[in-house]
Amino acid sequence: MRSKWSEQIHFNLMLLPGMILVLLFTIWPMGGIVLAFKHFIPTKGIWGSPWTGWENYSYLFDTPVALRVFKNTVVIALMKIGFGFLIPIVFALMLNELRIQWFKRTVQTIVYLPHFLSWVLLAGILRDFFAVDGIVNQMLGMFGINEIMFLGENFWFRSIIVGSDIWKEFGFGTIIYLAALTGINPSLYEAADIDGATRMQKLRYVTLPGIATTIVLVGTLSLQNVLNAGFDQIFNLYNTLVYDSSDIIDTYVYRAGIEEGHYEVGTAIGLLKSGVSFILIIISYGLASRFANYRIF
Amino acid sequence: MVRNQTFGTKAAEALLIAALALISFSSLFPIIHNLAISFSSPAKAMAGFVTVFPKEFNLESYKKLFEDSVFFQSFWISVKRVGITCFISFFISLLMAYPLSRSRREFKLRDVYMWLLIFSMMFNGGLIPFYLIIRQMGLMNSFWVLVLPMLVNVFNVILIVNYFRSIPKELDESAAMDGAGPWYKAFRIYMPLSMPVLATTTLFLIVTVWNEFMLGMMFINHEDSIPLQTYMQQIVVRIDPTLIKSIEDVKRLASVSDKTLGAAKIFASMLPIMLVYPFLQRFFISGIMLGSVKE
Repeated sequence: MRSKWSEQIHFNLMLLPGMILVLLFTIWPMGGIVLAFKHFIPTKGIWGSPWTGWENYSYLFDTPVALRVFKNTVVIALMKIGFGFLIPIVFALMLNELRIQWFKRTVQTIVYLPHFLSWVLLAGILRDFFAVDGIVNQMLGMFGINEIMFLGENFWFRSIIVGSDIWKEFGFGTIIYLAALTGINPSLYEAADIDGATRMQKLRYVTLPGIATTIVLVGTLSLQNVLNAGFDQIFNLYNTLVYDSSDIIDTYVYRAGIEEGHYEVGTAIGLLKSGVSFILIIISYGLASRFANYRIF
Repeated sequence: MVRNQTFGTKAAEALLIAALALISFSSLFPIIHNLAISFSSPAKAMAGFVTVFPKEFNLESYKKLFEDSVFFQSFWISVKRVGITCFISFFISLLMAYPLSRSRREFKLRDVYMWLLIFSMMFNGGLIPFYLIIRQMGLMNSFWVLVLPMLVNVFNVILIVNYFRSIPKELDESAAMDGAGPWYKAFRIYMPLSMPVLATTTLFLIVTVWNEFMLGMMFINHEDSIPLQTYMQQIVVRIDPTLIKSIEDVKRLASVSDKTLGAAKIFASMLPIMLVYPFLQRFFISGIMLGSVKE
């Protein structure tokens, strides 16, 4: 029995370094959310500053900016979720129909790549791409269309945000479906062949049911991103002209909090986001485990 | 009839190949375009119509890049950061994963730790409290602020835990019979058997750490100690596209900003990712699936 006890101690020791880091950089900052209900005085720090109740929230909702950033966040995130959900499914099915293996592998290698590049660098490329003198405007110029300020007009900017996010992530999104497709029993296709099924019928009655669980899983898990409109991307592409269409919670928190020093307001709106996201994550995991048998561990 | 069908199938196949080729091309086009600009002469790049191939091929921008000491300074900081973070994180994650992969009966507090980690993944205090507390810790302008917050990736730890659980229990039991303790088992049995998942998590971490720019942006004020992505972010964002309202503005700015040098910097910053990409590709497909095998 003695050895059992020492084993428990060793298990705890092994977890110690990692848990210290989690406590310092994740759990302790969670305590800082009290700032949402305080007036921050730098000399007194987070804990010593006086309480103000709901004052920060009433200030926040008196300004039109809170409504704007919430609306933009949800609209952009939903557009990304919607298109980002459908396109990988279609693309995976297209790849699956391909008979030439080396071509399939080449396509996969190419379309996965943008996922691994940072938004900082891609924003650098896109700013150039859609600039007034950029390649897109030059091509439009060939058809006699005047220069469009893509990154300075609300309509175009939001389309570019959603479009470039799909461009970056659709390839990587197919991986999970391709894995599910390899899991389909080949004898099902053979049986369908014997029954004289056409390619479309096989797609409808064998392939789609074979990846249905995966589709449900991806769909339910994407629910948790309803408030994540993509800070890295928007922060590196936006400017004052397009705040109306694309200023999201995260960019507002950064500007108001870190750049302008309104720490309480930044914390207050950040807490609202974290709280709602937390509920969404629980709902999405709940649905995923109920309908797709998903377990985190 | 039969001939008709084969013709139809062949046409569909050709259409499919054409569509996929087009999609692949559009995936690469912005990157190739950037590369072409970096190899063009500044005058041609500004005048436009560099598409896929460089115009007036020259290496001027790369010559300038090699003289840019700030770029290489931050490049080196990023390399150092990735190396140190991945090395330490490898051991910390392995050490966390072993006890967490034990059953509740073997390790009494397992579920307490596990739920704490899951909670830390699902909820966060937001950016501002994080910012203020890091400042309070005195990590401002320290190299370690770029490393410490990135060491524990709960998602990666869970991936390793799930892999460990797929290793037959008999192996663990027979090692225990021979007198092996938890440390010996973690390093001498589980580590060598888990190289696929450890390689996957390490490669993912390399990409994450290399691409991270926020920590350097928020916590480091000295230009000579920021990592590469933060440096690139400053370069990218400093040029406000809305200030350029007409072609006249563009021409006026042409003398100031250097399009080809910027493109060369962007390409050079992507290079490390491109170098690990072949390895990444080999592992990430299996890696993503690794975690999904559960009892």
